[in-house]
Amino acid sequence: MESLTHQAGADGVDMDAIMQQMAEHKGCGTSGGSGKSSCGSSAGPSDMPAEIWEKVKNHPCYSEEAHHHFARMHVAVAPACNIQCNYCNRKYDCANESRPGVVSERLTPEQAAKKVVAVAATIPQMTVLGIAGPGDPLANPAKTFKTFELIAKTAPDIKLCLSTNGLALPEHIDTISKYNIDHVTITINMVDPEVGAKIYPWIFWDHKRIEGVEAARILSENQLRGLEMLTERGILCKVNSVMIPGVNDQHLVEVNKAVKSRGAFLHNIMPLISAPEHGTVFGLTGQRGPTAQELKALQDACEGEMNMMRHCRQCRADAVGLLGEDRSAEFTTDKIMDMEVNYDLESRKAYQAAVEQERVAKVEAKNEEMAALAGEESDVKVLVAVATKGNGLINEHFGHAKEFQIYELSTSGSKFVGHRRVDMYCQGGFGEEDTLGTVIRAINDCHAVFVAKIGGCPKNDLIKAGIEPVDEFAHEFIEKSAISWFKAYLEKVKSGEVSHVARGDAEIRQGALIAE
Amino acid sequence: MAYKIVASQCTSCSACEAECPNMAISEKGGTFVIDPAKCTECIGHFDTAQCVAVCPVDKTCIIDPSYPRYQA
Repeated sequence: MESLTHQAGADGVDMDAIMQQMAEHKGCGTSGGSGKSSCGSSAGPSDMPAEIWEKVKNHPCYSEEAHHHFARMHVAVAPACNIQCNYCNRKYDCANESRPGVVSERLTPEQAAKKVVAVAATIPQMTVLGIAGPGDPLANPAKTFKTFELIAKTAPDIKLCLSTNGLALPEHIDTISKYNIDHVTITINMVDPEVGAKIYPWIFWDHKRIEGVEAARILSENQLRGLEMLTERGILCKVNSVMIPGVNDQHLVEVNKAVKSRGAFLHNIMPLISAPEHGTVFGLTGQRGPTAQELKALQDACEGEMNMMRHCRQCRADAVGLLGEDRSAEFTTDKIMDMEVNYDLESRKAYQAAVEQERVAKVEAKNEEMAALAGEESDVKVLVAVATKGNGLINEHFGHAKEFQIYELSTSGSKFVGHRRVDMYCQGGFGEEDTLGTVIRAINDCHAVFVAKIGGCPKNDLIKAGIEPVDEFAHEFIEKSAISWFKAYLEKVKSGEVSHVARGDAEIRQGALIAE
Repeated sequence: MAYKIVASQCTSCSACEAECPNMAISEKGGTFVIDPAKCTECIGHFDTAQCVAVCPVDKTCIIDPSYPRYQA
């Protein structure tokens, strides 16, 4: 019975020792439940069919444009999982951690329904409710579907979605359709079982634990069949893939083709989050995540094939708020149970109408600026970082930014290509390191950083590092400002006032957030 | 013998509760416990103990040697 041992790692790594380390791992000091989640497209109405735009325009995880305006929440009602992934350790649990696989408390379907209504009444931009774990929603079908049923009754305007590993997707497809689930995300890291065997040590299938290539084969078949079944039923499907350098990085191009051909609407390639203190197999074997430029190169390579999501924040299975922010601490079970909730559908509609107007203004501003760029010809392409609190505006102070949004500028215009977390992280239990250095390393591939305001010291250090701090567009629209800056930059390059030099690579931040 | 759950290892994910053919597993004090009177080690139901096979943390569902071996 104790023969459920593990294969030796590919590099002769002692897997038993690693599994024991995982089992002993206690996270970084907090207690509670355990946790997983996952989450759009930079595309606007112009590059997708109208019926799809209607479905995604208010969904922060499916539309890059929407994520500036709309919020989502996850409810952690599904703790059980039916597979083991080498980037996940279910024992890890830290309230300060912001990544899939982590939650602070588990909820019953009834608590979850109450929480959704309480949040929606407080945050009018909350339009999407997702179940993303902390295990797999479809490994907890009774709790998952009961939650959807309750929410559909009390908050009928909220879109429902779920995120799954896909193993149990085919058997639940009719139920998903019956409960009007708008969006489904499947995490697909491979279509080749040989690759899969390096990512998934085992699956639980047909009352048995199955290991190795056979496990990956069964998983892959169910994922792809599930995707086809969703497409047949007209349910919008996003595919998440974790980019693991040396394991599936090249292979993800093939995955991209396989999921596109089966009707996936959007592909979200995320960087592996892996640090020894996470207690995952990959963390403990020293498997690294990709650099910012490695990730971008792979996303760019797949982009010709289909829409790529670049704004995923790899959030917790109990996250609440706009992507990139987390207000879950305001909505703990204790607090919700005490809340007087007045679910006002009309005021939610009014808020959403106001957002619609803001969006139109933003697009008009961008188009005006684009007209000024017309006729310019140049091969120059640069990245710029933007400090923003949302709404598509440059409205955050440099020193307060927890993340920067990254835009690529060329004569064809501006394109959102990602974001960089720069909040302070604990490094294996040690305190914060040099904060400004951290920020510079995170945006080191950028030529400029747009801020609402910036102090004198960081300004000088940024200039020394070759990154131009730009505060002249404070509180203006991001894309309009970026295009305007880029036009001036091109002129300076042309006149010889500045010489265009390519930037280096940047770091993707790892590790746990430091508690406030 | 019956199986038992090592409380310090249990993540309370509840996966075992749903898989147990004897309804022997329930939540108690934040983690899950196996009722040794109901546990049949899955003999007669499945080839392997379901709690062991589904548990995400190794060496968490283990044989409790203080009980005699289950006889089908």
